[in-house]
Amino acid sequence: MLGVFTTEVFATELFTTVLELFKGEGHMRVNKIRSLVKISAVLGAGALVLTACGGSGFDDDEDDNDSAQGTNGGEEGELTSSDEALEILIGSSGEAETTAVEDAVAAWSADSGIDAAVSVANDLPQQLSQGFAAGTPPDLFYLAPESLAGYAENGSLQPYGDELENKDDFYDTLVENFTYDDEFYCAPKDFSTLALVINDDIWQEAGLTEEDYPQTWEDLTEVSKTLTSDDHVGLAFGAEFERVGVFMAQAGGGLMADDQPEADSAENVQALEYVQSHLEDGTFAYAADIGAGWGGEALGKEQAAMVIEGNWITGGMENDFPDVNYSVVELPTGPGGEGTLQFTNCWGLAADSSNQQAAAELAQYLTSAEQQLIFSDAFGPMPSIESAADEWTDNNPELAAFLAGADYAQFIPTLVGSVDVIGDFNAQLESLASGDPEAILQSVQSNLEAIAE
Amino acid sequence: MTALTKSRRAKGSKLQRGEGLAGWLFTSPMLLILGLFLLIPVLMALWVSFSDWSGRGSPLSGSVNFVGLDNYRDVTSGGGLDERNFGISMRNNAWYVVLVVPIQTALSLFLALLVNRSVLRGRGVFRTAFYFPSVTSSVAITVLWLFLFSTSGVINKILSWIGVNGPNWFNDPRGVVHVLLDKIGISGGPEALTSSSFLGISLWEWSSGPSIAMFALILMAIFTTSGTFMLLFLAALQNVGAELDEAGMLDGAGAWRRFWSITLPQLRPTVFTVVTLGLIGTWQVFDQIYTGTQGAPGKTTLTPAFLSYQTAFTGQKWGHGSAIAFILFVIIILLTLFQRWALRERPVPKRKRLRRLKSRTEEGSGA
Repeated sequence: MLGVFTTEVFATELFTTVLELFKGEGHMRVNKIRSLVKISAVLGAGALVLTACGGSGFDDDEDDNDSAQGTNGGEEGELTSSDEALEILIGSSGEAETTAVEDAVAAWSADSGIDAAVSVANDLPQQLSQGFAAGTPPDLFYLAPESLAGYAENGSLQPYGDELENKDDFYDTLVENFTYDDEFYCAPKDFSTLALVINDDIWQEAGLTEEDYPQTWEDLTEVSKTLTSDDHVGLAFGAEFERVGVFMAQAGGGLMADDQPEADSAENVQALEYVQSHLEDGTFAYAADIGAGWGGEALGKEQAAMVIEGNWITGGMENDFPDVNYSVVELPTGPGGEGTLQFTNCWGLAADSSNQQAAAELAQYLTSAEQQLIFSDAFGPMPSIESAADEWTDNNPELAAFLAGADYAQFIPTLVGSVDVIGDFNAQLESLASGDPEAILQSVQSNLEAIAE
Repeated sequence: MTALTKSRRAKGSKLQRGEGLAGWLFTSPMLLILGLFLLIPVLMALWVSFSDWSGRGSPLSGSVNFVGLDNYRDVTSGGGLDERNFGISMRNNAWYVVLVVPIQTALSLFLALLVNRSVLRGRGVFRTAFYFPSVTSSVAITVLWLFLFSTSGVINKILSWIGVNGPNWFNDPRGVVHVLLDKIGISGGPEALTSSSFLGISLWEWSSGPSIAMFALILMAIFTTSGTFMLLFLAALQNVGAELDEAGMLDGAGAWRRFWSITLPQLRPTVFTVVTLGLIGTWQVFDQIYTGTQGAPGKTTLTPAFLSYQTAFTGQKWGHGSAIAFILFVIIILLTLFQRWALRERPVPKRKRLRRLKSRTEEGSGA
């Protein structure tokens, strides 16, 4: 606040000086000239320091940059190697995740003899961007798929996926998620899918049994109607593509097909019309519209009998609503078959890292079955490798529906600029109840076409 | 501000040489800090707005090219999502400014008049109470606001006592003007408004007013800033001589007349300061959006300042982000210039002065 105020005062002061210069109220010309000289002196000095800064602060490893940018083309065989310590930047969901990652990295350090320090980002995209701009990014970091294309495009990332020994063990859809320009960039660190989460008590009160878990859209319509009462709606989910998109997948659609925008397909229109009709009759509702921050809150507060959420709901329920009983089942199939969405992050490797070899080895260690099972135990998401699937299901039989989704999950488009397109789509989905599905999808289609070129 | 600079300069001309050097010496730490952390970043951002810098390495390195006005063109007339987002953010912020600046100026003046009265008991308590929101961190207030205005929050509870079913404040993307029009039966815009558009959004969308979510933020801005500006008005009011007021009283002017013709004209420089600071502050809304709504619901709390940040840091379009920031800068400068012109000291026209004099003498002789 104080800083802002000083800035304002400074700006006003500078502004007044400049104004006086142009005003010409009959002041002495000498004064004018003097202030002109003053301003140009300040600007000149600024420019001077600017170039000096450019020379020293930012560019001192320009050669590194250029060579790294050069390798970005595809010679991923040449990872840099040195004995420098590794910096790891993560965007943590909380204490449990931070500790788990710190322990794992410490164990690897002790084993390999390479120092590595984990730091937690407050704002991951911002801190990453600053690192890339300054030429001093962290060596290894959490990377969201929607950021991949942007950073890969400007050469900030070093692809290393093909170097990994466990490369064939990752689920195909995850590898695809982190492939840009036919290059498998980074090791998926774990993943989550969406499933139908049901409040057991409301379910039983309504006289329903496990036999009644919805298998199709018709079933879903039916049970939602049965479960809707004055106190709660049948099904709730966030007003965003990241939830509503499951219906598009189940209808056989999706935003992209074979890397081409397909947002305005008949399947997608059908999906949105289905959702719209039930938002209208009150059996479905957006979480925000019933006063919940997200699906988990709606489920915990018994504002909704069923919600569409991902693996993270287990942690949320444990912390905020430990007494609520719930079951996780697979989402119903639509006219186009099964469909859900997956969410994941990978271990990004910086092109400017001086010890890529070690960082890639660390990434491989962190994505091993053993480590991923420990992580999953500590903070929720599922292992990204198939060889850990059986053990994970044994440990979490009640969550098996999430893992089953891995076989048919779609992912959020990862083109450069897709964040904005999805953001605009989400803004329109908020008023889907009163909107025109076809018009909404057409606008998404034209936005996608603009970035797909 | 102007008066200050002038007096400083008048004294400056009489300074000895050595004193000038000492002056520069004393100010140099601040000048260095401002140059390093303000001027240089600003100049670099200006360069980025004309370049194709991708966010990697220095913007001044050889691989970054000058692209002229491309970034500005994409944002203001590209026809794509960039233009639309910028249009939406301008719409939101324009409504925010139009509502916040006049109300906060009027309210702070009103509060200052109240606590300036010597007959008021416990003036100190009121002054502190009114000023309190201004010293509280904007992040804390935003969080408080999110709680107060939640669906089942305090505000809606109070509204329910008087039989009003409160809206779902921070999740309601409907524009206030459109909601009111809907109440009187106008739900769709006329052809003339829906068919023509500016900055990628139709004139009908421009007319929507602030969304209900934005409206809650408008209330917050008024609540937090009125105290600061009250202080400025209060300081100015203490300088208004009581003798002029008394003279007005003797002339038989009522309280209302005295306020408009005697007090307010003397507050003109302060009004200028308050409106200027208000304009600058309201066109740069960022904290509340960043910590609170992040542009939701339906992008109706997206502001150019937040859009600039988002475009650069999450969208990786650094040129566009900087271009938005500089367009915002130009808008603020233009508005301040306009406002300076509107609030300038106007010489009273001769005829009017004569008439006034005449009427006064007539009144005098009549009495």
